[in-house]
Amino acid sequence: MAQGVAVPGTHEDHPSPKAKNYINAEAGVWSWLTTVDHKRIGLMYLVSTLIAFALGGFFAILVRLELLTPKKTFMSGHMYNQAFTLHGAIMVFLFIIPSVPGALGNFLLPIMVGAKDVAFPKLNLMSLYLYWIGALFTLSSLVLGGLETGWTFYVPYSSTTGGAVIAVTFGVFVMGFSSILTGLNFVVTIHKLRAPGMGWFRLPLFLWATYATSLVQILATPVLAITLLLLLFEKAFQIGIFDPKLGGDPVLFQHFFWFYSHPAVYIMILPGFGIASELIAVHAHRKVFGYRAIAFSSVAIALIGFLVWGHHMFVSGQSELASTIFSALTFLVAVPTGIKMFNWISTLWRSSIAWTTPMAYAAAFLFLFAIGGLTGLFCGMLGTDMHIHDTYFVVAHFHYVMMGGTVVAFVGGLHHWWPKMTGKMYSDKLGKLSALLLFVGFNATFFPQFILGSRGMPRRYYNYLDQFQPLHQFSTVGSWIIGLAFLVALYNLLDSLKNGADAPDNPWGGLSLEWQTATPPPTENFPVTPRVTHGPYDYSDDRNATGASDS
Amino acid sequence: MMTAPKIDIDSFWLPKATSTLAGQVDSAWNIVLYTCIVFFLLLMVPTGYFLMKYRRKKEGEVTSAIDHSTTIEVVWTTIPLGVLVVLFFVGLTPWVSAKVAPAGALEINVTAKKWNWSFQYPDGTVSAGKLIVPKGKPVKLTLSSVDVIHSFYVPEFRIKQDAVPGLYTSLWFEATEIKDLTVLCTEYCGNADPCPKDESIPCGHSDMLATVSVLDETKFKEWLETGGEDKSTPPAERGKALFASWGCATCHSLDGSKATGPTMKGLFGRKEELADGSTVSVDENYLRESILVPTAKQVKGFPLVMPTFQGQLKPSQVDALIAFLKEQK
Repeated sequence: MAQGVAVPGTHEDHPSPKAKNYINAEAGVWSWLTTVDHKRIGLMYLVSTLIAFALGGFFAILVRLELLTPKKTFMSGHMYNQAFTLHGAIMVFLFIIPSVPGALGNFLLPIMVGAKDVAFPKLNLMSLYLYWIGALFTLSSLVLGGLETGWTFYVPYSSTTGGAVIAVTFGVFVMGFSSILTGLNFVVTIHKLRAPGMGWFRLPLFLWATYATSLVQILATPVLAITLLLLLFEKAFQIGIFDPKLGGDPVLFQHFFWFYSHPAVYIMILPGFGIASELIAVHAHRKVFGYRAIAFSSVAIALIGFLVWGHHMFVSGQSELASTIFSALTFLVAVPTGIKMFNWISTLWRSSIAWTTPMAYAAAFLFLFAIGGLTGLFCGMLGTDMHIHDTYFVVAHFHYVMMGGTVVAFVGGLHHWWPKMTGKMYSDKLGKLSALLLFVGFNATFFPQFILGSRGMPRRYYNYLDQFQPLHQFSTVGSWIIGLAFLVALYNLLDSLKNGADAPDNPWGGLSLEWQTATPPPTENFPVTPRVTHGPYDYSDDRNATGASDS
Repeated sequence: MMTAPKIDIDSFWLPKATSTLAGQVDSAWNIVLYTCIVFFLLLMVPTGYFLMKYRRKKEGEVTSAIDHSTTIEVVWTTIPLGVLVVLFFVGLTPWVSAKVAPAGALEINVTAKKWNWSFQYPDGTVSAGKLIVPKGKPVKLTLSSVDVIHSFYVPEFRIKQDAVPGLYTSLWFEATEIKDLTVLCTEYCGNADPCPKDESIPCGHSDMLATVSVLDETKFKEWLETGGEDKSTPPAERGKALFASWGCATCHSLDGSKATGPTMKGLFGRKEELADGSTVSVDENYLRESILVPTAKQVKGFPLVMPTFQGQLKPSQVDALIAFLKEQK
């Protein structure tokens, strides 16, 4: 019926006893460590980034626990600073940047374009190893050297504290290479390895988002390397670049840092947008409204994203003119972002929505990201930013975007593609329960932080004024609900591996290529190269109208 | 943690507005807040409605084939763009006011260091930890930092500016109410490890607080004329306050424990061995010299890192500090 018309007999609800697939094709740890199969690499990325997520989450729980009381609750100020630094650094560099491209991108991208693998499979394995090396380096120096600079490493604070600043930046630098190689691989694969009939406008929107992300990874990440080299030169040869004691300029460091780290924000959120498009279209069985608008808005966000780094620095001492220009450019990003929201919502119009676990996550995503996006306006406006900059308002804003947006989409995507990746179905009830708990816990944790911030509670405070305690306590209790939500989701997914029913090839009635091959897919993805005859969301065409149940 | 005045909260979102600028910022705040609420409803009401109305009732439902509409796409691109342009200017207005101090403003230099603030007035008066300003007069602050980046934030004034080492930055405000307000540091600047035993001594970023005291103009003039000192308290007590507010305690303990600098316990009358091998007996002259010219006589075993307080402390303040140090037996 669908995209892969040349693949007969792969669309059955009850697959025959396990055929050879990518999981059981070879056995043994060595076969995994030396694999060049993008699906195995994706799975290893998934496990690695989820471990990082658990670790970062653990530190988040510690930070929230310490903030239960205005003074010392259970750890010293010094330890608290390390805890929030570890939380931020691990979540940003070890989890959220590599997670979606590394895990879901690797697994899905070649299948979605109808290829056997990415363009450079060995490079792909190398990027996983670079990630591991960088992550281990970063983690060990965090543990051994102790880092308490915050994930932003602002000089001169970072150059005057002992800690492991250089070592950690080096680890991040190595992971940056992993990021560049993955991006390069994806760009080439999308350009060169599309199956016959797979035009650019037949690409699933997840791939458009991944493509835009890859461009940012390739272009922005080298700046991180440059920054590191400059830091090293300054340390080793006492050349004044950033340190005012040597004649350097600490504000220059912030420019370098955000020139990478702001585009990195889009590396974090764009894949989440891509997942959201898939979840909504597939579980609503509707042709995406404004396909081209969504596709091009991803690219627009990626490009404009390069020009707005200075909005992190309105009160840093950069020139007033620069701040004004950065503020104006920042508002431009809101246009393509708004277009995406409008199109997603229009895709729900006259659709057929199945309330599955992935759809529940997608609904949560729409709600949370709407708040995350809109509160960005308060931060982008010069006058109001002056009041809320470096307060909890900003903390709440970026958690609504990063966690309410990307993480919720990622977990939704994980539930969406889990049957394809593992061949097992999880409990839909427990899945929806985890989505509900996450939604409630998330709002309980982060909404009070908007109020804290606008009332004047600064970020990164170990002690705080007594008057802020009730809101902080509310937020801390919320963090426990989030923790519970993730435990439920983890239990549900792991349990499915043991007790779950075998997954059909196409449980949701998806039309893109990954749903047209066996579950789990064979090593070469398709027995015969698929021939693509229509777009990924052509649900309204008569021949596709019924999705899963037709054959 | 240092004691700080409570931040008065005036509405659900914002603290009380007590500067001329705060009113402008709050107007911008309200405009963007209501715009956001309208857009949020515009997005979420249809979302909620569609999610309920278009639930799948049976398999194989035919869904809409309408996959774009140029009209509506132009509408939801241009209208938000127009709104955003307006919001940019709404945000720009209070910013421009905040960035341009009126001519004739009272100029005060602010020095930030881990983890306290000091304020120097045009006549040389220096006040540590407490910024005294007149009501109804524009005040311009010129900020600098001696160590790392800090940021000067007064929620009730809606002003914030980083203090950067090697760079002067500035901001201004005009207070509209006689009251005490909290100054918070909003650029992360670390923590001491371990903290001094005395909890009133700031130990890190979140303790880097100060107070703005808004006085009426006559009281402010009186305060400035007396050099900002209350002559009625005994010198040793004033010395104690100075010792804390000037951050001496960061490096000098009062209980005999070793820190960056020598302990003050039992200091007066002690024989100190100096880095050059000679010894000196600690008396008033030695203390005075060590405060004003710390490099003159370096105690053996301690790094030469103490900054000079020449020109910052008034003679009467040095006297008060010495009186306090004499009591540390």
